[in-house]
Amino acid sequence: MAELLGIPPQVLFGQLLLGLINGAFYAILSLGLAVIFGLLNIINFTHGAQYMMGAFGAWMLLNWAGLGYWWALLLAPLLVGAVGILIERLLLARIRELDHLYGLLLTFGLALVIQGLFRNQFGSTGLPYQIPEALRGGQNLGFMFLPNYRAWVVGVSLAVCLLTWLVIERTRLGSYLRAATENATLVQAMGVDVPRMITLTYGFGVALAAFAGVLAAPIYQVSPLMGADLIIVVFAVVVIGGMGSILGSILTGFGLGVIEGLTKVFWPEASSTVIFVIMAIVLLLRPAGLFGRGAG
Amino acid sequence: MLRSALLATAALALALPAAAEISGGKVKIAVLNDQSSLYADITGQGSVVAARLAVEDFGGKVAGVPVEIVFADHQNKPDVGSNIARQWYDTDGVDVIVDVPTSSVALAVNEVTREKNRVFLVSGAATSDLTGAKCSPNTVHWTYDTWALANGTGSAIVQTGGDTWFFLTSDYAFGHALERDTAAVVTKNGGKVLGAVRHPLNNPDFSSYLLQAQGSKAKIIGLANAGGDTINSIKQAAEFGIVAGGQNLAGLLVFITDVHGLGLQTAQGLIFTETFYWDLNDGTRAFSKRFAERMNGRVPTMVQAGVYAAVSHYLKAVDALGSDGDGKAVVEKMKAMPTDDPLFGKGQIRKDGRKLHPAYLFEVKKPAESKGPWDYYKLKATIPADKAFRPLAEGGCPLAG
Repeated sequence: MAELLGIPPQVLFGQLLLGLINGAFYAILSLGLAVIFGLLNIINFTHGAQYMMGAFGAWMLLNWAGLGYWWALLLAPLLVGAVGILIERLLLARIRELDHLYGLLLTFGLALVIQGLFRNQFGSTGLPYQIPEALRGGQNLGFMFLPNYRAWVVGVSLAVCLLTWLVIERTRLGSYLRAATENATLVQAMGVDVPRMITLTYGFGVALAAFAGVLAAPIYQVSPLMGADLIIVVFAVVVIGGMGSILGSILTGFGLGVIEGLTKVFWPEASSTVIFVIMAIVLLLRPAGLFGRGAG
Repeated sequence: MLRSALLATAALALALPAAAEISGGKVKIAVLNDQSSLYADITGQGSVVAARLAVEDFGGKVAGVPVEIVFADHQNKPDVGSNIARQWYDTDGVDVIVDVPTSSVALAVNEVTREKNRVFLVSGAATSDLTGAKCSPNTVHWTYDTWALANGTGSAIVQTGGDTWFFLTSDYAFGHALERDTAAVVTKNGGKVLGAVRHPLNNPDFSSYLLQAQGSKAKIIGLANAGGDTINSIKQAAEFGIVAGGQNLAGLLVFITDVHGLGLQTAQGLIFTETFYWDLNDGTRAFSKRFAERMNGRVPTMVQAGVYAAVSHYLKAVDALGSDGDGKAVVEKMKAMPTDDPLFGKGQIRKDGRKLHPAYLFEVKKPAESKGPWDYYKLKATIPADKAFRPLAEGGCPLAG
């Protein structure tokens, strides 16, 4: 069998697919961040904690209320989204007029508090969450064994990303959102309730994070630190894609997942750094990011 | 007249430290470990509680002075850890640093302690270099090390037919040492190492590495990692059908908190080596009950048990010596006195700083076999103290000669 770059093609296909799966998490998380940044101009550092809350939400629904994975997929994002709305109303709304830095500090502090509370209650090791019955097992694709659950993750993430993009780019509601991003005062003058739209948008972005958390629960350990480890990478993804760019964050999420996956084969030791190297290069060459709209 | 009086005072002052002297009027024990990240449940606050219990059981005072306990979070970073150690020794009057998981941090603190002539009681760190090439007259390595893990688990698995290995290795001092020591055991027992892949510490997704391990066709995939990394490796190996496909996992360092985090459904059948289990005998059960009362129902890990035993023995040595200022002298006294505690039984500390006690080969129970919370292990074999750790002559420690 011919080899490509010293690696049999089967292995390469396998790694590409795995990269795509990890990219699905990056995409759905960076999408939420991009939506929030676009409208609220807030760099939501609580995003990782909200992703973690989604996973814990799934665990709590199962162990405390007896509700399984499918219910969790629906309910956990709603519950965590509601918490997000509270955070927006009670805290973020008060600092909207201030510099970006205040929002960043506030959300970062909140993330630390939330993680600390969960760690105190549940410990750092995390809790087990089984893959739902219907999605256990896997397919032998010839070049690799693909667990059914991972295939589901890629599928559903793509669907959610596309749906979000369609809503924002192709509907009336989306046009309000985009308009408010450009000039909130003008949109408000035309009779749109911008503060409520902002609150709901933040709730939606948070719900997306929680949704990713539920998807992650059966794969990764449900642990208070699962978001803290991921969020830095996701921020790099958002920066590379261009802050606030919806399509950019989706494409970069999947793309960087693939690049990271390949690094795990060619130079595994560098796999946790490669995304930041790319970020540095992109910032040097295109400071606004690959899909950003420039500094305007 | 005045001059001779001054001289006499000076002479007296010089003579005093040779007699009983406790620096700073108290013994200050500092627990340094991971308080917030992936090793926090294995070490963390539990180690602080274990140290407190040891001091309480000793009566709260040693050589007539009070004992104080402080702790800090080294965030698994060697630079952070050695800075804290320096500050503790230089300005805070700390006499002994305890625990210190994460081998890279422990190696750094090992050097600082040697330089400042204090005492370092290692429980959390694994690298066998602490009693090998990097051994120090100021350090005691209590609970376990990479050689003991490799020897216990590695030889048991090779002898039951698992003779080809592929390693998933955590990419820092600990993982490297564990891989090295296990590979040596595998080869010595007639097995073969087919390859290894090194992953960053605290890595969430192992699918890529597992696929490489799968491609190697090795019978055994050795997990030379710890904590959350081991949990995610095992969990995702199940997902990718690694075990169903005929390969087996060897968790080289598994703690009871990891088994708890995985759940018996996923963890059942795992075989690994530890030197402590809460349900071994009356002594371990009594201690674990007191520990659980303060730790929200959790049982101690072997690291936390090791902190209790090491601190107890340290206090005995300081009490016998009546002094804590000279770290080397305290460690020498600890080595001279035989050890005896309810958790590890009777034992001794060797010249190279290695604490000797039995190690145990455990297997994780099936869910149906478990009778209650934390009832997770079946004892498969006991490795006696003289076989459990690396022979003195093979470590390359200058103190051994």
